[in-house]
Amino acid sequence: MATVDLQQLRKSYNSTEIIKGIDLTVRDQELTVFVGPSGCGKSTLLRMIAGLEEITSGELRIDGQRVNDVPAAKRGLALVFQSYALYPHMTVAENMSFSLKLAGVRRAEREAKVMEAARILHLEPLLDRKPKDLSGGQRQRVAIGRAIVRHPRVFLFDEPLSNLDAALRVRMRQELTKLHRELKATMIYVTHDQVEAMTMADRIVVLQAGVVEQVGTPMELYRSPRNLFVAGFIGSPRMNFLTATVTSVSETGMAMTLTDGTTIHAPLPASALGIGDTITLGIRPEHISLGVEGSIGAQVNLVEHLGSESYVSLQANSGEVLTVRVSGESKIDPEETVRLALDTDFLHLFDATGQRIS
Amino acid sequence: MLLLWSVLPLIVTLWFSLRRYNLMNPSRTGFDGLGNYRYLLSDPGLGLAVWNTVLLLGSVLVITISLGTLIAILLDQEFYGRGFARVLMLAPFFVMPTVSALLWKNMMMHPDNGFLAFLMRSVGLQPIDWFAVAPLTSIIIIVSWEWLPFAVLTLLTAIQSLDAERKEAARMDGAGPIAMFRYIVWPHLGRAVAATTMIETIFILGIFAEIYVTSSGGPGFASTNLSFLIYRYVLMEYDIGGAAVAGLLAIVLANVLAFFLLRSFARNLDT
Ligand SMILES: Nc1ncnc2c1ncn2[C@@H]1O[C@H](COP(=O)(O)OP(=O)(O)OP(=O)(O)O)[C@@H](O)[C@H]1O
Ligand SMILES: [Mg+2]
Repeated sequence: MATVDLQQLRKSYNSTEIIKGIDLTVRDQELTVFVGPSGCGKSTLLRMIAGLEEITSGELRIDGQRVNDVPAAKRGLALVFQSYALYPHMTVAENMSFSLKLAGVRRAEREAKVMEAARILHLEPLLDRKPKDLSGGQRQRVAIGRAIVRHPRVFLFDEPLSNLDAALRVRMRQELTKLHRELKATMIYVTHDQVEAMTMADRIVVLQAGVVEQVGTPMELYRSPRNLFVAGFIGSPRMNFLTATVTSVSETGMAMTLTDGTTIHAPLPASALGIGDTITLGIRPEHISLGVEGSIGAQVNLVEHLGSESYVSLQANSGEVLTVRVSGESKIDPEETVRLALDTDFLHLFDATGQRIS
Repeated sequence: MLLLWSVLPLIVTLWFSLRRYNLMNPSRTGFDGLGNYRYLLSDPGLGLAVWNTVLLLGSVLVITISLGTLIAILLDQEFYGRGFARVLMLAPFFVMPTVSALLWKNMMMHPDNGFLAFLMRSVGLQPIDWFAVAPLTSIIIIVSWEWLPFAVLTLLTAIQSLDAERKEAARMDGAGPIAMFRYIVWPHLGRAVAATTMIETIFILGIFAEIYVTSSGGPGFASTNLSFLIYRYVLMEYDIGGAAVAGLLAIVLANVLAFFLLRSFARNLDT
């Protein structure tokens, strides 16, 4: 039961500002994912919430209470590190009960809590092992167990899955989502992997260069990204972008031309636009169809077969490189000339400053 | 070849230990059986020398490792001039044993114009003649001073290799400075402490120059260790046979100590 409030939170190292005034509310029982490119300040922000990094200015509240100056151990949070950070000379059970031992909890109660966490995480057979005798996934679970025994108000995760191989990562992702449901806990989860963000999050916070670009549910971000950065960051493979010039605007729709002169009609009433404006047109790979019909001419560069589907990389006549999703059964060869049709219901338009036009 | 290299000196020593061989008395040769051993074991200096060797080693180990850990932790903190402090701390390591012994004897511990005497006088105490009153303690101080930098160096390196996230995890778990040291830092230092102990043991068992330069093993046998005892036999009494026996004893002692050290550390290192 906890909410976390960030008000104009800032962090500077010497004179460089890393976190540039973040306003955010992490809601009770939600799994909130901080996602963004490497170096954007996700870890720094998480560590500020955890109390490992001092807050330069702004206010951090947990359950409405200001905790800027409360030391890390007293904030009632638990952090799971990317490197797991287990204590190598302690057994799994000792690792998990360390915080309770320091807090002076009685032995019997300690053991009960460790057993409870071990049951949830399927760690019972491993309790007497040392970390070095565990696999990566098991270590990860011990690190999570260490957080669970403390019954924290908020769980914090810093890229906890990035050291695991692809298959294990998918499994742990599902286990974590399940764990979140079982514990009904508030969780903040940091990752640079947008697939993790999309699959796990109740709410995603997209960060870039120390500012929040957009907050929303995964589908909100997918359907209506607020700007070019979010549009390009969420979704895999990423959204295609084409430069276009507005040629006509009416109540029911608009028309624009691409750089090679192709005209595209969109059923979007774009009142904010004037004729002659330069805009960016965005369309996801799954919303382009490839065939003999279509308004855009293109040449196939490369075909990537994933089995159930394939991604075709093409060079449009207008010069841009586009990616199109096709069924895995489609027969397309490199060098082939094709035509592309855009599903205009799923067009995204961005103005010259990169902001969404709706 | 390798066997010869490592075993030959031992065999020669064994050989001499069984013979009558005194440089002052070359006509007396031939086998003496266990005569040398009997003679040595009845020497009142021997027991004291063994005791002094062990005491010297034990004290220096305790002092350098405990003080070394403390200093290493301090030098690991952020403070202005840290680099300079580190260099200063390591400086004694580069002073030759003979030189450092002379330094201590003449500049620090001299009863008339030593620095310690000056300090004691300035607080109104009677200066003490270190090498007359507490010869072994004085040598322990000197040797500790020489070996402290080594301990600090190895321990500091070990502390710096401690994963920062592990410390942060402990901090989140509620560990204050004391719990952090006891449960996280000290266990991590096990390997470095073992290595330091091992290496210091090897060198400190054979401490010689410091004794030779300062107290000459005296008064009496008060600051004579095994290696100095061997020297006494050879150069003061020209008794090679006796020296060989003392040498063997030193080897036995070293091995017994090494055995116990290794065994206790083998357990610690198993993490
Ligand atoms: N102690 C520090 N001193 C100075 N700059 C720092 C410090 N710690 C981090 N930074 C800078 O802050 C920025 C954000 O770092 P942070 O670790 O939060 O990134 P991140 O979003 O977690 O990236 P990644 O996905 O690679 O983990 C980086 O540009 C980094 O260089
Ligand atoms: Mg990071």
